[in-house]
Amino acid sequence: MPDTAAEARRRLIRRVVLDTSIAAAVVIFMGVVRGFYSNELMLFNFVVFLALAQGLNIIYGFTGYLPFGYVGFYGAGAYGFSLVVMHLHVPALLGMAAAAGAALVLAVILLPLLRLSGAYFAIASMAAAQAVYEVVANPDLEDITKGPYGVSLSDVFAPAFSYYVALAILAFALLLVVWLRNSRFGMSLQAIRDDSVSAAMAGVSVVRGRTIAWLLSALVAGLVGGVFAWHISVFYPDTAFDLSVSIFATVFLLFGGATTLSGPLLGVFILYGIYNVIGIAVPQYFQFTYGALIVLLVLFLPNGLVSLLTRRGIRVP
Amino acid sequence: MLIGAIIAGIVFGLYYTLVGLGLNLVFGVMRIVNLAHGDFLMLGGIAAWWLFSSFGLHPLWSAVLVIVVFVLAGLPIYYLVVPRLLRSRDSEMLSLILFFGVSQMIEAVTTIGLGATERSLPPRLLGVGPMILFGTRLPKAWIFSAAASAIAVLLVYLYLYRTRLGTLTRAVMVSRDEALATGIDVNFVSAVAFGISIALAGVAGVFAPFILGSITPNMGVAINITAFAVIVVGTLGNPLGTLLGGIIYGVSLMLMQTYLSSWANLLPNLLLIAVLLVRPEGLLGRTVRRA
Repeated sequence: MPDTAAEARRRLIRRVVLDTSIAAAVVIFMGVVRGFYSNELMLFNFVVFLALAQGLNIIYGFTGYLPFGYVGFYGAGAYGFSLVVMHLHVPALLGMAAAAGAALVLAVILLPLLRLSGAYFAIASMAAAQAVYEVVANPDLEDITKGPYGVSLSDVFAPAFSYYVALAILAFALLLVVWLRNSRFGMSLQAIRDDSVSAAMAGVSVVRGRTIAWLLSALVAGLVGGVFAWHISVFYPDTAFDLSVSIFATVFLLFGGATTLSGPLLGVFILYGIYNVIGIAVPQYFQFTYGALIVLLVLFLPNGLVSLLTRRGIRVP
Repeated sequence: MLIGAIIAGIVFGLYYTLVGLGLNLVFGVMRIVNLAHGDFLMLGGIAAWWLFSSFGLHPLWSAVLVIVVFVLAGLPIYYLVVPRLLRSRDSEMLSLILFFGVSQMIEAVTTIGLGATERSLPPRLLGVGPMILFGTRLPKAWIFSAAASAIAVLLVYLYLYRTRLGTLTRAVMVSRDEALATGIDVNFVSAVAFGISIALAGVAGVFAPFILGSITPNMGVAINITAFAVIVVGTLGNPLGTLLGGIIYGVSLMLMQTYLSSWANLLPNLLLIAVLLVRPEGLLGRTVRRA
């Protein structure tokens, strides 16, 4: 008989190495491709959605909460960054800290939403994101947020540097998922997701687990929102709080398969790739295809692309 | 001014009841959220606009036509999508995503076919000039739309409480499994409820140009949040609670527009969050929250 504890340990290390190398490969690929491909904005958007899909994976994949208003954190991050840069003229990296702070503050304010479940939570979070948007875009607050007229941050404009910061955030999000997939804490989150009462009986702190996952997920979206504001540097509240950002991230995540590392990556590369081929030129045809795809996906493959393999007992990283 | 805001709020509230009622009926019977509800409303509005501009049909006749067509269209949509959805692991959650897909398809087809422009109907179709109601001057078109909404709500009430199929529908609402076990054709009952639901959305759409001002292909999302706020305030799954929710929503919207107009758009969102957190079962409901 082999030593099972040592065996398990070796298997865990193998998994972590595999997951980490996938994460590293994606980050390096997105960094290298920038040298060959001139449409930087498109590549940046890929990085944004790769990171957002993983951020959403943290909360949906591991706790089962699906926030339709995930874009609220993204917008909070974008405006956290813009406000300190506009009014306090701080350097951009300090602005990123403000972006993270804004998203975390919003996440703490919205913590009570975690008491809701299922569709109630999804809709309430969507309403919360809309409420933040209505405040930010309110013409009465033009002196502070520039209201619906949008912000311009030409002082800190640095497309190359901010692209690499976005890559660092993507790496952070990917490593978070690798950690959750292979750690005791991540396992306890999945236990809570599958049966919160039994998990609590087994001594898992349900509230603490959900809170940490929620804050981490919000942190990723806030950082991505901050770097978006930095990279784009001119935007309107409609763009920063565009509900289709959450919807895109959700569909990419579900298409690939939640709780895995590679599922959301596949979802973004395939679907966002298609979007960039046909969606920009004729958005309505894309919108239609997209809607049809969602319907078929939910009806025939509700656990995502990776379930084609996991269903047969094959472990997908 | 206060009285005026309240009267106008009740008039609007009746209309918002109609907007939310169909969504609530579907949730009550099938425990799914039809996120394409706002888009069916939009289609009703487009139909009324097209019937008027092409054939000069009066909106009231359009409303009747829309009811018939939408009920008939609802049956195949139900059988195509919902039974399979209800067999899935987490149908309440997945329904949000699935009907979001449906809503995207509807929006895309409408935009491809008709363009993204706003469309409206002349308010004079529903009577010229204001009408005085308890000392408040309101456009006749508003009163007319509110009255039509009230009639539609009454008809749904009569259907649910005075017909055989309505009784069966309420049985399915109480327990789908037990209804199935007693030999009720659950799928047929649900399909009819689904048809009625989108017909109600369609009728609300016919009157939308008069109350909301215009119809655009992408209005669905905003309508959905409003409708959801209305039915959550009322109580999910309780069609009569919708009336209470609609009126509370209408009155508070009018008060906000009178005294704090630039913040009025915040209202449905805040109302929704507040009610969900303080009393997630709605004003009339029993406890639904779990773990």
